[in-house]
Amino acid sequence: MPEIRNYTLNFGPQHPAAHGVLRMILEMDGEVVQRADPHIGLLHRATEKLAESKPYNQSIGYMDRLDYVSMMCNEHGYLLAMEKLLGIEVPQRAQYIRVMFDEITRLLNHLLWIGAHGLDVGAMTMFLYAFREREDLMDMYEAVSGARLHATYYRPGGVARDLPDSMPQYRASKWHSKKEVDKLNDNRSGSLLDFIEDFTARFPTYVDEYETLLTDNRIWKQRLVDIGIVTPERALQLGFTGPMLRGSGIEWDLRKKQPYEVYDKMDFDIPVGTNGDSYDRYLIRMEEMRQSNRIIKQCVDWLRVNDGPIQTEDHKVCPPKREAMKADMESLIHHFKLFTEGFCLPEGEAYGAVEHPKGEFGVYLISDGANKPYRLKIRAPGFAHLSSINEMTRGHMLSDVVAVIGTQDIVFGEIDR
Amino acid sequence: MANKAQQLSDTLAQVFTGQLQSNRIDVGEVTIEVAAEHYYEVCLKLRDDARFGFEQLIDLCGVDYSEYGQVEWATEKSSTTGFSRGVDSAGHGRLQFGDETVAKNTSRPRFAAVAHLLSVKNNQRLRVRVFAEDEAMPVVPSVSDIWSVTNWFEREAFDLFGIHFEGHPDLRRILTDYGFVGHPFRKDFPLSGHVEMRYDPGQGRVIYEPVSIEPRVLVPRVIREDNRYLDPDTTEGAADA
Repeated sequence: MPEIRNYTLNFGPQHPAAHGVLRMILEMDGEVVQRADPHIGLLHRATEKLAESKPYNQSIGYMDRLDYVSMMCNEHGYLLAMEKLLGIEVPQRAQYIRVMFDEITRLLNHLLWIGAHGLDVGAMTMFLYAFREREDLMDMYEAVSGARLHATYYRPGGVARDLPDSMPQYRASKWHSKKEVDKLNDNRSGSLLDFIEDFTARFPTYVDEYETLLTDNRIWKQRLVDIGIVTPERALQLGFTGPMLRGSGIEWDLRKKQPYEVYDKMDFDIPVGTNGDSYDRYLIRMEEMRQSNRIIKQCVDWLRVNDGPIQTEDHKVCPPKREAMKADMESLIHHFKLFTEGFCLPEGEAYGAVEHPKGEFGVYLISDGANKPYRLKIRAPGFAHLSSINEMTRGHMLSDVVAVIGTQDIVFGEIDR
Repeated sequence: MANKAQQLSDTLAQVFTGQLQSNRIDVGEVTIEVAAEHYYEVCLKLRDDARFGFEQLIDLCGVDYSEYGQVEWATEKSSTTGFSRGVDSAGHGRLQFGDETVAKNTSRPRFAAVAHLLSVKNNQRLRVRVFAEDEAMPVVPSVSDIWSVTNWFEREAFDLFGIHFEGHPDLRRILTDYGFVGHPFRKDFPLSGHVEMRYDPGQGRVIYEPVSIEPRVLVPRVIREDNRYLDPDTTEGAADA
């Protein structure tokens, strides 16, 4: 009598390695995966439909909540599409600020990724290291927008406000003595730019630390090398973008190939993999962190010497200054219209895409000329990546499924939308 | 950039003579519309012809055009009842359970699938739109064997809009709940949904009930004639403004 060996395994949706609410039905032959069928949508909030019922400027906050570890990049994609249709110019200082925060966001994302990915395959310490640096990066978010995660900092035609001259300070309490607090406040005594510059000076040594822990680590390599190999042809077929595509050896980065904002003025390199396995993707993301650090440094240098407006002067899309509102009728009307009705986009459609830390994040906007989008489609990189999981895990062991989920850098906020 | 888009548009017109319903360049982006019958072969050629080289499908989504251009606020003339300019709302944001939507916009077929293509080789993008002729049973050919990633994008468009993709290997719902009824991104589907879910301690299980929340959309949908956006070619006197 033949022995029945295939059985079905339910993975998640409440599983620490599922990176959120992923439910997978795994068809197993012993410990080898035969078929993986992800069931997604457990975090579906219909962001696109919600955005259709709100004026354009009120949906920026929703974008933060898509991929909730790379908040400002999501906003950026949305605004690029909108600005394309509006045809407005963003002042150069705002463009530099956007680029700088895009890269800070990339660090935030990659740090969370390395922490979670490490944790998934057994490197507990990475998580603690990564969150130490994320703390500083989130302080930058906080200093500029008041929020540590959901910033809503980018606005149509610029950014919400200029970079602050001072950083918030820690205060002594019964848990932290004066001496400890002084040490914490040491690099927070100057402006935000000083704080960021101090961070960029420190950060390369941190990346070295991570690499010391992982790159030549025997266990790490055993878990990642030759796991989830994707050939360049398949990577294109499967709609891969970002580090996933570059890991397969295709040199493609929107920041270089279709530059937006001031990326064409930045000096940085694009790492490309050769084998298309999880280890290559790990190396790429590590190198990307170093390159992002370089870009941040260049932006800081530019922002120090160049002052200027951070929002467009077009008050149909950007609120006028508070002082002007008090005395000028026109400004008051603009303010009132902007915050009650919003602004109308010309009829048409546009697709705006940014090189998001996870890949290409695009927003497709259809406007019928109203103050609300007629249709908003969010192209989330993770959605395309997760759809390939069946192909990437077939023939691998059950424990490799976790490594593949990690290497895809899955976040459910953007996949389920 | 503009030159490149023009070039692509010209090549498209040349290669697909008689197969394109429209071929436009808008804000530097090329958009073509094809009939459902030609859709598959056009897509195949777009991928395989070296002049196009669209080896990647970036995105595919459904669109429901039934309320295109409808507003809830009259900007030109005032009404006699209620708010002076408020129009009886028909938008999906204010629909309530059991409401029927009014007047459909019939100038074009209701459902369309829009694909965004990217060529890594030639560094160019293209948008392809295909309308589903039948409104009651929208059917569009599937391109999932041309680009593998389309599998999930088409499942999503099927789930949210009810567009059927002919030839799709596995057309299941993807984002909505198990046992969900309806297609939530259609314009006649209320924003608040039809049912809500809660745990019933008496029955000891999760139950579904009609929604109890009121629709709450605070800002009316309004279209303003903005002189800045009027096309100088079609409007007289706008050129000197």
